[in-house]
Amino acid sequence: MSPLLSPAPTSAQLPPINVELAEYSELFMLISASIYTLAFILFTVDTARSSATIKRVEAELSAEQQAERSRQLVGAGGGAVDAEAPVAFAPSALEPSIASEDSEQAPVPSRLNRAPSLPDSELVDDDLAYVGTRRPLANVAVALTAVAAAAHAFAVVSRGIAASRWPMGNMFEFLTAAALVVAVVYLAVLIRRDLRFLGIFVIGLVVTMMVAATIGFPTPIGHVQPALQSPWIAIHVTLAVLAMALFTLTFAMNILQLVQSRREHALATAPKGGFERGLAKAQFMRLVPSAFSLESWVYRINAVGFVFWTLGPLITGAIWANESWGRYWGWDPKEVWTFVIWVVYAGYLHARATRGWTGNRAAWLSIIGFICIIINYTVVNIWFPGMHSYAGLPE
Amino acid sequence: MSRRNNDAAPVPVQPSAHRDNAREDALNEGMVSSGSAGIRKQDVTAPALGLTGMLRWAWTQLTSMRTALMLLLLLAVAAVPGSVFPQRVQDAFAVSTYIEERPTLGPILDFFQFFDVYSSVWFSAIYLLLFISLIGCIIPRSRKHYQQITSAPPRTPQRLERLPEYGALELEAEGPDPATALADAEKVLRRRRYRTEIRPGKGANGDPESSGDSSGGERTGSVGAEKGYLKEIGNILFHVSLVGVLVFVAAGEMFSYRGQKVLVEDEGFVNALVAYDNFYPGTWFSEDDLEPFSVQLDSFERAFDRQLIDGEPNPHYGQALDFTAHVTVQEGPDAELEQTELKVNSPLNLGGANVYLPGNGYAPVVTVRDGEGEVAFSGPVITRPDDSVYTSMMVIKAPDAHPEQLGFVGLFLPTAHDTGDGMAVSVDPELHNPELHLNSYYGDLGLDDGIPQNVYVLDTDNLTELNSRDSEHGGIVLAPGETHELPDGLGSIEFEGVQDYIALDITYNPGTTWILVFALTATAGLMASLFLRRRRAWVTVEQNEHGRTLVKYGLLARGEDFRLRDENIALRTQFEKIWPVRPPEENP
Ligand code: HEM
Repeated sequence: MSPLLSPAPTSAQLPPINVELAEYSELFMLISASIYTLAFILFTVDTARSSATIKRVEAELSAEQQAERSRQLVGAGGGAVDAEAPVAFAPSALEPSIASEDSEQAPVPSRLNRAPSLPDSELVDDDLAYVGTRRPLANVAVALTAVAAAAHAFAVVSRGIAASRWPMGNMFEFLTAAALVVAVVYLAVLIRRDLRFLGIFVIGLVVTMMVAATIGFPTPIGHVQPALQSPWIAIHVTLAVLAMALFTLTFAMNILQLVQSRREHALATAPKGGFERGLAKAQFMRLVPSAFSLESWVYRINAVGFVFWTLGPLITGAIWANESWGRYWGWDPKEVWTFVIWVVYAGYLHARATRGWTGNRAAWLSIIGFICIIINYTVVNIWFPGMHSYAGLPE
Repeated sequence: MSRRNNDAAPVPVQPSAHRDNAREDALNEGMVSSGSAGIRKQDVTAPALGLTGMLRWAWTQLTSMRTALMLLLLLAVAAVPGSVFPQRVQDAFAVSTYIEERPTLGPILDFFQFFDVYSSVWFSAIYLLLFISLIGCIIPRSRKHYQQITSAPPRTPQRLERLPEYGALELEAEGPDPATALADAEKVLRRRRYRTEIRPGKGANGDPESSGDSSGGERTGSVGAEKGYLKEIGNILFHVSLVGVLVFVAAGEMFSYRGQKVLVEDEGFVNALVAYDNFYPGTWFSEDDLEPFSVQLDSFERAFDRQLIDGEPNPHYGQALDFTAHVTVQEGPDAELEQTELKVNSPLNLGGANVYLPGNGYAPVVTVRDGEGEVAFSGPVITRPDDSVYTSMMVIKAPDAHPEQLGFVGLFLPTAHDTGDGMAVSVDPELHNPELHLNSYYGDLGLDDGIPQNVYVLDTDNLTELNSRDSEHGGIVLAPGETHELPDGLGSIEFEGVQDYIALDITYNPGTTWILVFALTATAGLMASLFLRRRRAWVTVEQNEHGRTLVKYGLLARGEDFRLRDENIALRTQFEKIWPVRPPEENP
């Protein structure tokens, strides 16, 4: 009798894999990846054409602005708030505008001596509110992202249903689920906040993750080994994925923050060198909020991400390890890096409260934290063996 | 309050409880309302001469935010080598192999404790300094915060217009008079859960603050208000909880023990020192901590993925799905016997200790007879599975054999499959075609010199080969029930059958509950600290030159507050609800 085809029954505990649903899941994974790619291309074109967008918006707004100016209303330019006009507390001054969000930072000086006729505050708002800048290409890209995310969600959920378990049991599933969460978090924030300037980065990353999953770690749907059959996987891995999605957003924003602050510096002083001159002229950066605004938003998002990371990888990870391996913490390579990432982001939060460490230095810490996350899910998974070697990697 | 920033010794508005805090700078600047360079310079002063001066300076430096940040970053960097180099806490064997393979680098790394990173002098120094800094930081902060909770909200600043958020309302003439408006404003603030204090205006009680106003009106009085004290409490709770976690990690480690035991079917284990295969006690472990519970393995079940798709094995065919050990446990010598299951993710709790199921495998039952026909070894042999189809390494040592000691090393294959070139591999984890593939040796096994040996390794350096695939006698291949005669009449080996075995981890750590408690209070504190807002608000009321009541208010946040503007709007909305406010356009 050939042992391979022994008609032994499937395990008594686990229902069989739903093969048909599994095939749909794989199909939809591919569909969503293609739509994301399309959205990414559109975001790229939109970015490349930002100067055209700005020209059009300028034309549209100039008439409006003329009228505005003649009415001499307060608070249009987004400079300092008119705090010196005590009694005439114009209602318009209450509308969100950038100044004085935090007393420790002066309003960005550069916007005062900007050459172009149109101040950036007409193009983008530091509260990331929608200010009416029409970007049709970016809007189509957002719509496509939503469609892709829907297909993607179906793929992930049906994969879980087909295998009757939480769909985060190996590297393929981890990457695709993380990509889904990144896309959904991005879309969710987009409802209230104008994060279109991040599209090229966020969707670029989503596409990268999908491609890495499909090419690097293709894994057919299956059950997982006994150690992974625990309800903790849902909480532990999901929180890790959520935290990672948020840290991904802030990583892109931090990079932009560094560039933007360089540009603001170049605009405030005379641009030195080709790079600064190029930056000063970079039209796309005019669609990006100020460095200070980016910094504040990164802090808000990182704070939430840090709580998720504390609860997820750190605490529930320790609880599960204690339940499964008999120790809550064993300095397994994965645990080492979980700890390192936690400490780096704790350092980031500290830096934001430390004199001389806010601004670009804090941004660098946050970027280093994200690099550690990348290391944790690439180098550590692949090259450092440990108890966490469940990645489903080919041997 | 006059501007002090050009004084020789500037006094911040609120004494800073810890150095380098950007938040407090922001507060102080908000209050003093213009560049307070003096505060910034304060802690760069050189150490005063003398020992106490030096010590105080060192302490100040250690407990500054900047040092805490440096130590945190250093801690992150120092943790990394532990993932690059093998660690003794995890795999002492991997460490010794690593050192053997690198005769120069290995000992150097070992000297600098790179194989014991988390107990090394340098790693410990960093986290101990960090925690000393932490304690030195928490104590003054708690004291200061207690003072703030128990004292009145901060004094009303001179010019509310300079605060980050500011607003003013002029009331209609038929509206409330200044005194009533002040009381109303206080009520609004209290309803928004501020802690408030009403301060009389100029003249009354000699309040030094109300020395007039830029607009020339007479200040009737002001309300000082503050809320969000829980934010700082959360922050302190978070940091204190970290200390709690560290203390219980250390204490738990000291009183803990951890051990391993392999059980073959029908074998039992009593929790006593002699019964363990490996045992790792904490520093303060005493043998009395071992509760005398017992565990016996009755049977063991493995389930594998056997799903066929269109008659073909699915891609994960043969993957392990479930391990269940049926055991009989007894909490103590006099307790009742109880039959239960032990599974991978659900340890048994016995006498405060936890019993886990980290591994399992096959134990072929083998009988070795020596050259004189006597039984030199008989019983199950623990094999070590090496892959998902249970290709298992096995070693048999028969030191009692005569005239020569005998040793065997090779593989156990649960489902042997001939690859055609004389080699066999296992193609399935279950016992469909079990076979032993062994080499045999004779000579001195080295067991008589009293040096402890790894039972899973046969050192063949001093042995002479009898059987192997390359030798003239060929290798030994046995199916259950078969016997192989060794060459030169040195004995025989018989493969009788296969049993299951499980590997147990037994751990006891009294610290875990408390570590969890502190980890959770730390998280709660963290969330309070990160997501609550600490705000100060002031309202001043005066009569303006038209005889109308003029209300001004200002807001200041400690730390990041993105919703301070919303708070401004909310306050304004509430004021407009209770008072008849003149529209701004009607103002002269
Ligand atoms: C074990 C090491 C430490 C860790 C992991 C840690 C972690 C953190 C984290 C995550 C935060 C941000 C959450 C919050 O704002 O409450 C924070 C805030 C803070 N930490 Fe620490 N900390 C440590 C040690 C210290 C030390 C030694 C000091 C004193 C020098 C300190 C002073 C502070 C202060 C003042 C804040 C509040 C910052 C603010 O106002 O937002 N911490 N800490």
